[in-house]
Amino acid sequence: MAYLTVTNINKSFNNLKVLDNISFSLEKGETLVIIGSSGSGKTTLLRCLNFLEKVDSGSIQIEGKTIIGDNYPLTDKEIRSSRMNFGLVFQSFNLFPHYNILKNIMLAPQLSLDKKTITREEYKQKLDQTKDEALSLLETMGLSDKINAFPYQLSGGQQQRVAIARALILKPKILCFDEPTSALDPALTNEVVKVINHLKTQNRTMIVVTHEMNFASKIADKVIFMAEGKIFEVGTPDDIFNNPRSQKLISFLKNN
Amino acid sequence: MILSSFSDITYQLLEGFTVTLKIFFYSLIFSLPLGLVVVFGSLSKFKPLKVIIRTFIWIIRGTPLMLQVIVVFYGPGLWFNYPIKSRLNAVIVAFVINYACYFSEIYRSGIESIPDGQKEAGQVLGMTKLQILWQIIFPQVLKRIVPPISNEVMTLVKDTALARVIAISELIMIAQEIVRIEGILWPLFYTGVFYLLFNGLLTLLFARIEKKLDYYRG
Repeated sequence: MAYLTVTNINKSFNNLKVLDNISFSLEKGETLVIIGSSGSGKTTLLRCLNFLEKVDSGSIQIEGKTIIGDNYPLTDKEIRSSRMNFGLVFQSFNLFPHYNILKNIMLAPQLSLDKKTITREEYKQKLDQTKDEALSLLETMGLSDKINAFPYQLSGGQQQRVAIARALILKPKILCFDEPTSALDPALTNEVVKVINHLKTQNRTMIVVTHEMNFASKIADKVIFMAEGKIFEVGTPDDIFNNPRSQKLISFLKNN
Repeated sequence: MILSSFSDITYQLLEGFTVTLKIFFYSLIFSLPLGLVVVFGSLSKFKPLKVIIRTFIWIIRGTPLMLQVIVVFYGPGLWFNYPIKSRLNAVIVAFVINYACYFSEIYRSGIESIPDGQKEAGQVLGMTKLQILWQIIFPQVLKRIVPPISNEVMTLVKDTALARVIAISELIMIAQEIVRIEGILWPLFYTGVFYLLFNGLLTLLFARIEKKLDYYRG
């Protein structure tokens, strides 16, 4: 049983089929890169995994546990607990501009503490623990000197690293990245590659959507090529980049 | 003809100005939160509610405030046999309804100006709808709406002069009385100083608020 199993996911927007019977699996610790031109459905797939879009049909299992299936979670509460299996880093970072870096990272875990069920001491203790985790994540990201800065004071690469730390503190089983380098200068892409490679050494499971082939080949264990809402090819980076089989992938690689 | 001194007239106008201030403060403290209620209606996903609220906003914004004051004061007595006793209350009710609609439109533009990505970031971090609203959306909306709100508030100061249409002795009405009785014109011009000084104060206040909210960009 694979760590993540996605089976026959379908999704349409007003009769336009965006995801057409998508199935794939992923092992623990693997980095899956999904490539394809814009409009291929790769971002929608990621948004479905994170419950930002509702799938029309299909199932998703993590560690054998069904999180989307016939019993598609309906209540807000169920969706919230299921989506915590995944973390998502956005193309445009989406940091909270009105909070400093530390608060950006601590806000979600802090809000998840239920003040009604724990004593004040426990709350304080958990908050301190969260703060320690946040500080150590920021150290890993090389941003220890920025904890009191606001997002607008940071470069794009720094903001993206904060966004990664913000996702990591919630300990998602699978961390997803939606075009994490598209909003960055080529020089800053390397910062993100470094962080992702570091995460790989920690055996994290990741799904990265991108259309930058150079970036993809640097981080991928497994590559999926998507076009027109379908998966056209799946394979190792070597299979995909050096031995493409379908005409679609060949012409896609030529243009990128 | 009694020739009143400058200080006498100043004193009389100050009395009128306290009525002006009363209308202003009560209208403001009730319309700001009511606007929030209205904006939830106008942004509601429940279509009938949205249509009703937006139609109501259209009527309120599309007719003169002076007419609304008259309708609120005379309407209940004419149509429901329930005459309004307090003129001041009637004018405050009319102002609150009118300004709540304008404020709700300012709130709406503020809320809609926050990118979807902010809400989505909150969602993927497992926050509840209420947490997203209070912790992420509202603080950012607040900063964006301060300039248009300050604009409306200064307009409200001057709109209080409309209260005289149902014979409330606010500043302009008092000045007109003096002009009528004493046959001098300057007290009417003099009222401008009161409005000007008070709005000057508000300008300083809002500049301070804006500066306080200027600790971040975006």
